[in-house]
Amino acid sequence: MSDLLDIVDVSISFTRYEAGLRRRTLRVINGLSVDVRRGEVLAVIGSSGSGKSLLAHAVLGILPGNAHLSGSMRFVGEELTPERQRRARGREIALVPQAVTSLDPLMRVGPQVRWGAPVNGNGSQAEAQRRVFARYGLTPEVERSFPAQLSGGMTRRVLLSTAVVSGASLIIADEPTPGLDPEALAETMRHLRELADENKGVMLITHDIETAVTIADRIAVFYAGTAVEVCPAHDFLPDGAALRHPYTRALWRALPRNGLAPVAGAQPSYDDLPDGCAFRARCDRATSACAATRPALRSVRGGMVACIHAA
Amino acid sequence: MLLEADGIGFRYGVGPWVFRGLDIAVDAGEVVGLLGPSGCGKTTVARVLAGHERPREGRVLFDGAPLPRSGYCPVQLVSQHPEHAVNPRWRMREVASEGWRVDEGTMEMLGIQAEWLERYSNELSGGELQRFCVARALSPLTRVLIADEMTTMLDAITQAQLWRAVREAVDRRGLGVLVVSHERSLIDALCDRVVALG
Repeated sequence: MSDLLDIVDVSISFTRYEAGLRRRTLRVINGLSVDVRRGEVLAVIGSSGSGKSLLAHAVLGILPGNAHLSGSMRFVGEELTPERQRRARGREIALVPQAVTSLDPLMRVGPQVRWGAPVNGNGSQAEAQRRVFARYGLTPEVERSFPAQLSGGMTRRVLLSTAVVSGASLIIADEPTPGLDPEALAETMRHLRELADENKGVMLITHDIETAVTIADRIAVFYAGTAVEVCPAHDFLPDGAALRHPYTRALWRALPRNGLAPVAGAQPSYDDLPDGCAFRARCDRATSACAATRPALRSVRGGMVACIHAA
Repeated sequence: MLLEADGIGFRYGVGPWVFRGLDIAVDAGEVVGLLGPSGCGKTTVARVLAGHERPREGRVLFDGAPLPRSGYCPVQLVSQHPEHAVNPRWRMREVASEGWRVDEGTMEMLGIQAEWLERYSNELSGGELQRFCVARALSPLTRVLIADEMTTMLDAITQAQLWRAVREAVDRRGLGVLVVSHERSLIDALCDRVVALG
């Protein structure tokens, strides 16, 4: 059990009404278990639409109203009820959003960040914001700028500042890197790593596996709304031979530098998830046993894997 | 050369030049990379080459003549954000038959599932939508494909699947491709030669 965030067997479904009041249930996260520990970066990777961002929203308690959640989420040992989430949100659990449009375009950057600082004995909110800006090399001119006046890299640092100034112990970074050049990318990663080294927990949601491997301690691999493998990041190096799940291996082989090898087909739709393993239609190791029941996460060689064939 | 840009430059109004004096050529059956950091004008170059913008100086030639102003453009652009490239009021079946009737083989290679055809774009994920945008652009009438960060937002397997389909059209019928990306490893894996911008 984790000392920070513990997610056990969580499922999320949406009810949607279609033409003629036909009701359709979409099961978007399906029996997912994963944890984040203090002092680590947990990278969450996986296919587009595998539920990565939705999990972040579930932890923060910002799912839309037609979502139904089951299973258990615990934060520092306490059940994450809506009330507990309200208290934790922005104070103990902070989000680094994906969209650079998350900043208010009509408000100067400094006051926006300041607003997230706790009111306590450690000086004013403005001082807290200036400390964080100084740490990330953001000058007083930046403080007085409007978001549109900042470069992409600076905007990322401002977004990170909004999370760091809160003093939260769990930082969830949702795809903080797309479109960044290598220098800005390395800088963002270094900052996330530093936060983990200060004994915070960092959940890094990304599809950039090669970058994730360089800073994460552990990697959780999502497919069709569930974690199919959770393993030490070094299992991805040097050639991925230590990886356990056929999907993770396929993901590794599909990287440009590993041959750009595709897998036919597509991730199953949420209104039509097959029984058994969701990857089996695309898997070269699938047998009839894979269709029987959905494989549970189990311990194999120091990692967790949801595949009956893994050894 | 099939597609040729001669000393092209572009700026909005009297604003600063986004780029100037750029030469790029893509021949049939050739995969060329355009590499550069974010904000250096790659997307604007892509839009000018595909005829979405007209260059403010220099010229873009297809088969030795300016790009056609009407009818099907033989130079097609696939952008980074498929959400902005499909009509949200259409079912995907209509999107897929916008430029040509996408054939079974293309759909299968791109992993497009039959049941997606009856959906609207907001019922599909970005990866699912981008498969349609690639299928739509792979019309036999397309001679050059400009892929502007086409797979940047996608997972590695979907990325590989899309490029496999494009590569197949390069090998089978001599499609020319310009791969616009900031990602060195992808460019290295795909391209015959590379042009650096910025």
